[in-house]
Amino acid sequence: MARIESSFPDFGYLDSLASRDSPIHRLDPRVKLLTTLLFIVCVVSFDRYALSPLLPFAIYPVVLLTLAKLPPGYLLRKLLLASPFALCIGIFNPLFDRAILLHVGSLEISGGWISLASIMLRFVLTVAAALILVASSGFDSLCLALARLGAPAAFVVQLLLLHRYLFVLGDEALRLARARAQRSFGRHGIELPVVASLLAQLLLRTLDRAQRIYLAMKCRGFDGELRLLRPLRIGATDLCFLIGWTAALLCLRFVGPAPMIGRAIGGMSW
Amino acid sequence: MHMADALISPLVGGVMWAATAGITAYSARRLQANGDDSVVPLMGVLGAFIFAAQMINFSIPGTGSSGHLGGGMLLSILLGPHAAFLAMASVLTVQALFFADGGLLALGCNIFNLAFFPCFVAYPLIYRPLAGAHASAKRIRVAAIVAAIVGLQLGALAVVLATFLSGVSELPFGTFLLLMLPIHLAIGVVEGLLTAAVVTFVDSARPGMLAAAAASRPPLQRGGGRLLAQLLLLTAITGGLLSWFASTRLDGLEWAIFHSSGREALSTPATNTHSLATALQERTALLPDYSFRQAADSGDAAAAGDAGEVAGTGSEKAQEWPDVSAATSFSGLLGASLSMLVAGLLGLVLLRRRQRP
Repeated sequence: MARIESSFPDFGYLDSLASRDSPIHRLDPRVKLLTTLLFIVCVVSFDRYALSPLLPFAIYPVVLLTLAKLPPGYLLRKLLLASPFALCIGIFNPLFDRAILLHVGSLEISGGWISLASIMLRFVLTVAAALILVASSGFDSLCLALARLGAPAAFVVQLLLLHRYLFVLGDEALRLARARAQRSFGRHGIELPVVASLLAQLLLRTLDRAQRIYLAMKCRGFDGELRLLRPLRIGATDLCFLIGWTAALLCLRFVGPAPMIGRAIGGMSW
Repeated sequence: MHMADALISPLVGGVMWAATAGITAYSARRLQANGDDSVVPLMGVLGAFIFAAQMINFSIPGTGSSGHLGGGMLLSILLGPHAAFLAMASVLTVQALFFADGGLLALGCNIFNLAFFPCFVAYPLIYRPLAGAHASAKRIRVAAIVAAIVGLQLGALAVVLATFLSGVSELPFGTFLLLMLPIHLAIGVVEGLLTAAVVTFVDSARPGMLAAAAASRPPLQRGGGRLLAQLLLLTAITGGLLSWFASTRLDGLEWAIFHSSGREALSTPATNTHSLATALQERTALLPDYSFRQAADSGDAAAAGDAGEVAGTGSEKAQEWPDVSAATSFSGLLGASLSMLVAGLLGLVLLRRRQRP
């Protein structure tokens, strides 16, 4: 509970970030979605010991973060909240893979530690890219982008309705949980039967609410389809963004400038 | 058990995306063919209900820890499999986007594991036959527990398989399986108990409602076989295309293929094959090789238990890894840190420019 309850107010904050204005916010959501997906695929397509080719990819989140005027501290906190799963799986790598791959002076670093570092780096990069996507586009725009890119209409409508009622039902559940906490002392009162009846009450209310929503929608001419009337236009800026980042990411992926730069610098100093 | 982007390869992620997209399109089509538009707001609000329900936790007897509802099974009982699948998929999408639970590339895997198995396997094949139309509370409880356990075990198995095939984590297949399955057995029991309790409560508070819900939204009909065939075809095509791509580019999977095939055959050069057919063959050969190798390793370790074996595999790994010469890796690291520095500087400059006006 602690995690969801404490991150729930954040949810609205992430949405409010999307209503800011910046060059990134003004881009077409389709362009941002495609670029983010390409970024993620590029990052995870490296082999498991890749570390140095991954680091330059940090340029994408850093540039977008600053251009979109997003608060870095907030995104870092969200990253930390989400990190346990990747860390839990990755932490086994040093245990199982003890082959020495890297010597830094007299220090020997095993393949497991390198691949763990690689996993955590991938995690930070991919999650940061996804969070920036949401924070700079907003959920409605992303749904619209999905619809225009060919996602089934029923799924998009489902996403939009879910997002709309999340706050209503979330508040209701928070009130229920708070009321229960005030009436139960210690662990008493959070047994399974009590929770089941609480949930069932919430479910019954939800079903009634769904019926009311349906009638209200029916009154306004609902025929099983939501019509999204918002013009989406891919302009010159959007095209530049897409082509520029595609070229940059593919270059980082396949050419890998890091060793070259390193060699150039190394050649100069030694 | 949300998988993260960091732990999967593009091949696994892409194949699961394709499979999930196929099921989503199929479910949406079935829903539209059903013609009952009252289910649209119901699905949306019930999806939000799943979120809300996860905030109300309870203590698991005897362990001191607490759990909450997962939701796939409950939604299937209330909405039928197609609508439930779409609702769960949307819940997982929102979790991926807003809570960073799982990633965008892993979304296909997560929807498959947490929505497909409960909605299209556990519910129609286990819950419905066991519970029947007018079931007693006890029967609902048994059916819900069994169905939830099966759904979650399949999901956990899929997580292990996807992680293993991606080759990013070093966890051996067997060990990971032994970690995941018992945990999800316990989660399954709790999920089943809670689902059954909610269902029976609703049944007693509003008699007939569940029966009406089940009747108006029939489960899988004859289209199921065709769906499966289409899915398999789609998966095979995507897998083939992506693995061809993967085999021409050196990435994790190819490394894994090289790794597994390099030890058994000298005559078959695994790395310089370019034809799609050979790539596919390699893909299918990947699993048996790996499991054989795993079995041999653990067998040796169990039988002899000597450290020499471990050292042997260690040095072999070091050999198979391409150039580990200190110079290249060091210049790589240097260049990478430098470009990180440049990225950071760029950020600072942009930040300054932003604050000036």
